[in-house]
Amino acid sequence: MSVKPVLAARGLVKRYGRVTALDHCDFELLPGEVMAVIGDNGAGKSTMIKALSGAIQPDAGVIELEGKPVTFNSPIAAREHGIETVYQTLALSPALSIADNMFMGRELRKPGIMGRVFHQLDKPEMRRRARGKLSELGLMTIQSIDQSVETLSGGQRQGVAVARAAAFGSRVIIMDEPTAALGVKEGQRVLDLIRTVKARGVPIILISHNMPHVFEVADRIHIHRLGRRLCVVRPEDCKMSDAVALMTGAMRAEDIKQSA
Amino acid sequence: MSQETGPATNPTEQVASFSGGPSGFKARLITLLYTMPAIVPLFVLLLAVAIFGILLGDRFLSPFALTLILQQVAIIGIVAMAQAIVILTAGIDLSVGAVMILSSVVMGKFSVDLGLPQEVAILCGLLCGMLCGFISGVLVAVVKLPPFIVTLGMWQIVLATNFLYSRSEVIRSQIIAAEAPLLQFFGRTISFGGANFTYGVIFMFLLVLVLTYALAHTAWGRHVYAVGDDPAAAELSGVNVTRTLISVYTLAGLICAFAGWVLIGRIGSVSPQSGQFANIESITAVVIGGISLFGGRGSVAGALFGALIVGVFTLGLRLLGLDVQWTYLLIGLLIIFAVTLDQRIRKAAA
Repeated sequence: MSVKPVLAARGLVKRYGRVTALDHCDFELLPGEVMAVIGDNGAGKSTMIKALSGAIQPDAGVIELEGKPVTFNSPIAAREHGIETVYQTLALSPALSIADNMFMGRELRKPGIMGRVFHQLDKPEMRRRARGKLSELGLMTIQSIDQSVETLSGGQRQGVAVARAAAFGSRVIIMDEPTAALGVKEGQRVLDLIRTVKARGVPIILISHNMPHVFEVADRIHIHRLGRRLCVVRPEDCKMSDAVALMTGAMRAEDIKQSA
Repeated sequence: MSQETGPATNPTEQVASFSGGPSGFKARLITLLYTMPAIVPLFVLLLAVAIFGILLGDRFLSPFALTLILQQVAIIGIVAMAQAIVILTAGIDLSVGAVMILSSVVMGKFSVDLGLPQEVAILCGLLCGMLCGFISGVLVAVVKLPPFIVTLGMWQIVLATNFLYSRSEVIRSQIIAAEAPLLQFFGRTISFGGANFTYGVIFMFLLVLVLTYALAHTAWGRHVYAVGDDPAAAELSGVNVTRTLISVYTLAGLICAFAGWVLIGRIGSVSPQSGQFANIESITAVVIGGISLFGGRGSVAGALFGALIVGVFTLGLRLLGLDVQWTYLLIGLLIIFAVTLDQRIRKAAA
């Protein structure tokens, strides 16, 4: 392979008691691509994602970021390496403003004595950057950056969470079921958002149960089965029904054209 | 580029907080209450002052009477600040009164009985309050016990320690004045034109200002609100929830210790029996002040207004010659009104 993967995992193993959630699982994310991860419930795809985002630590195997082996002890550690995760629950504080939420846990302080001694936040700068990020992603239909998150619609909340990830995720953005809780129209807007983020050169790992959405935005599809990667296909080589058949074991991996 | 992303930039898609719903006065009122929940207690406070002013005239609206209210409110006002920051994290602290008394007893005993320099005794009292708060904080944040249970236990433990250590003996005012006058520091007064501001009252106002700044303009303050709002979300966003909670309970303990110091200034002596209802009274002030018991909403200024409302009712009704039970009855109604309003606002906003 000529292109080096941004994020790769080799031989990941994770056991919970007698259950093997990951059984020598491999994963590869190439620069600039949207890689969808699909799999039946219990196939271990969320365990794999948690290992990549630092939420769990695998029992064996290596994770490589741009070719170098890394270990993430926590989601914070993964974040420090430029891997941002948009959780299914979004992890936003509803009563706080959009700007507050975007900079939660990594607030900016005023320069000079007010910031150093009195720890004063640089609110104008945080607002400016938050607004900039939202308009960059085409989300400035939100009226005010000081609006609290609970006054936003589901799709707008998703937008804020994605904007936060895009603002800080320099290398990889992981999105867990971003369209699951949304209506048809808002789901489409989130797909647009994924394309926008991709166009900015940041690769995305998309976990989804929604096959039409997966086939619409994914460049490649990682099909997970029984704790490991069954195969990687391209949406143009594979019908949706084939993907489901592969996921459930009704079709064997040898019977489909696999991606490089 | 972002302009080409289709429906995302469609201007008709604007979803503002209330643009789709009812507009006009009611909606604007709800928005205002939602963004500034301290406005309601401030309004009630001004209304109460106006009504008592009309009924009582100069007996109530004199600088002397109004500053007397401040003096009477100062202790509960300060303890309410401690209670407020804990309740903002969706917790509760039932031990505030007990910590306040134990701290004041430590200050008194250390300086008078042990003969330590008064500055050292005060420092030990403040550290005692911090330690109590720190223990509660660790039990809540690390051991993950419910705040109600932790502080219910701490209340009993601290109060019992206080009675055992002090043998329920009062240290008299004259002895303190002679041996450790600094303990009565907050009882000193600045007077002009009939108005008497004790240092304790001034401290209370300074504390409100400092806490307001810290909560609104530092990362720590934002984290306090985030933890109260949704601890799981805060954790995933990179907030150190454990450290934030411990810091809040420790700070609350320190504020209670300061309240203990102010209490010595107010009553002159160190009395192990005083301030026993400070926990309930501080929760009352916080709730009337519009801070949500579910955490993440409200301001310390509101808690101050809540404490002042109680003070105004107490003095006003007493000056009217009414039975003190009327005060409790009205405060009870206010609590229920405040919580009803909080629920309404939260529902309207969601």
